[in-house]
Amino acid sequence: MKGAAISIRALTRKFRELTAVDALTLEVKPGALFGLVGPDGAGKTTTLRMLAGVLPPTSGDALVAGVSVAEDPEGVKQHIAYMSQRFGLYHDLTVRENIEFYADLYAVPKAERPARLERLYHFSSLGPFEHRLAGQLSGGMKQKLSLCCALVHHPEILLLDEPTFGVDPISRRDLWLILHEMVAEGTTVFVTTAYMDEAERCDQVALLHHGRIVALDAPEALQRGYPGEVLAVRVSDRRAAAKVLATAPGVRRAAVFGDTIHVTLGARSADWPAAERALTQAGIEVLETSEAQPSMEDVFIEAVGR
Amino acid sequence: MFLNDTCAVEVTDLTKAFGSFTAVDHVSFVVEPGEIFGFLGPNGAGKTTTIRMLTGLLLPTSGDGCVAGLDILEDTEELKQRIGYMSQLFSLYGDLTVEENIAFFAGLYGVTGERLERRRAWVRAMTGIDEKSGGQLTSELPLGWKQRLALGCAVLHEPRILFLDEPTSGVDPVARRNFWELIYTLADGGTTVLVSTHYMEEAEYCHRLALMNRGKLIALDTPKAIKALMTEPLLEIRTAHGPAVAQALQGQPGVTEAAMFGRAVHVAVENAQAAAVALPAFLAARGLDVQAVTPVRPSLEDVFVALVRREGGAVAG
Repeated sequence: MKGAAISIRALTRKFRELTAVDALTLEVKPGALFGLVGPDGAGKTTTLRMLAGVLPPTSGDALVAGVSVAEDPEGVKQHIAYMSQRFGLYHDLTVRENIEFYADLYAVPKAERPARLERLYHFSSLGPFEHRLAGQLSGGMKQKLSLCCALVHHPEILLLDEPTFGVDPISRRDLWLILHEMVAEGTTVFVTTAYMDEAERCDQVALLHHGRIVALDAPEALQRGYPGEVLAVRVSDRRAAAKVLATAPGVRRAAVFGDTIHVTLGARSADWPAAERALTQAGIEVLETSEAQPSMEDVFIEAVGR
Repeated sequence: MFLNDTCAVEVTDLTKAFGSFTAVDHVSFVVEPGEIFGFLGPNGAGKTTTIRMLTGLLLPTSGDGCVAGLDILEDTEELKQRIGYMSQLFSLYGDLTVEENIAFFAGLYGVTGERLERRRAWVRAMTGIDEKSGGQLTSELPLGWKQRLALGCAVLHEPRILFLDEPTSGVDPVARRNFWELIYTLADGGTTVLVSTHYMEEAEYCHRLALMNRGKLIALDTPKAIKALMTEPLLEIRTAHGPAVAQALQGQPGVTEAAMFGRAVHVAVENAQAAAVALPAFLAARGLDVQAVTPVRPSLEDVFVALVRREGGAVAG
């Protein structure tokens, strides 16, 4: 437990009868990029709010930078920056005014501000817009500004709640570049996401489902530990193929993935020809078949199914 | 002004200017009945403005169009009644029960009497929420049920056009697939579905996609055909140093784009053979070893980025 940036022990949060977060236990090493992954309603935001010291746990505890969220939620805040999903910017303040506001809030020494502003403008590309009202920025730019505000005080630990939700693919790439830079500089980054492809680039992920962890490991390890072989199959009619494969012999699972179908088999040589026959018999053309790594989606569905 | 009963969506030179800023710039396209049509584009591209003009919420500066057989300039009030709308963030009232939400939308869209009974039965069958559960508070429903109920309420009045705003990002993979199966069934029945999304996984479900940038339509075709528009070869680099590799390659001669894709790095290059040799050497010199460099088919995200860049990049801000 010593030396962990975040140490979560049986952390639980109930809302009347609903157990939103159910005895979560995990550790995040300093300087790691950790992903809490799961669909809406899994308990991600609730977990993050407890770690940020803004929501008390019902039971259990978490040590964030060594500070107990149950006993000293205020003390936690000095060590972290928290970027929440939909609240944080003042739309009638400019870009610069928002960052200055957060610098005041976190008591960033005035002498250090020019250099920090410069750095934040550099990696966010927000410099040319410093006098634009935050309310007039596009979605992607707003997220970048939120991130700048969170980073103005050089936190040890960065807590981010779905930072790329509703953000276009280009801005999403930019945001992740910033996060990777933070990690390279030694910041511990704890990010929640529902995007399975983002889960893949974290050092470690916890897959969350209905408030419980269903898998916890490095993405590569989870993919390696996936039971069964996965084939990526390109067909003439994905929708019809998925239906046929759902009941085909030897196929454990068939899921549309991008423009292919990920087919999970028990053992390739034994099972695929029979399934392929079922497809051609249904009038579906099989265009290409190749071995594939299970996607994080495959891993998630498997973990939840267990 | 033309009234075409078979028209699902047909716009010609659609333009919207706000002062000196042209948000939508002479956009023309046709959507067939029963098509699932997706709008993609960076923030600020003009997607939302275009959709607001199609749904009767905003009048164009110039150009014309018809949606569901109605004129988008003259018939905006009726147009709003003929469209179904479902958004991820805002659709149902959490503090109303299931039955109360259905009743609310029925009132909103003027669905009454025998027709209401028929549609109510359809929503129950589609969502799996039976009569007994109708008294449950919507906020307490599991997410998958809420999604299906939102869809049911959006189509209570059997609209010919259904507009979906990022419907399944944030939804678990199984529920997403079931939801899209419902959409396909609606489309099979003749409903035209317009989808706006940033989520490339969702875009793949569409029959055709419209990619917008800086107010203009820069690509309009099936997902497969759009991917073929990317002419630069794409290499996938497998490495333990993804972020560092992506950073190091950006701006290098011969490299048009380098970005993380999952744990790997996708690099768009001018010459695949030259790059396959030059890049590993370049990276090794910087202490970044790579495990493999292979040509790959571009994903929709790779193509999106390449096409937007080709058209001058996204509008800043």
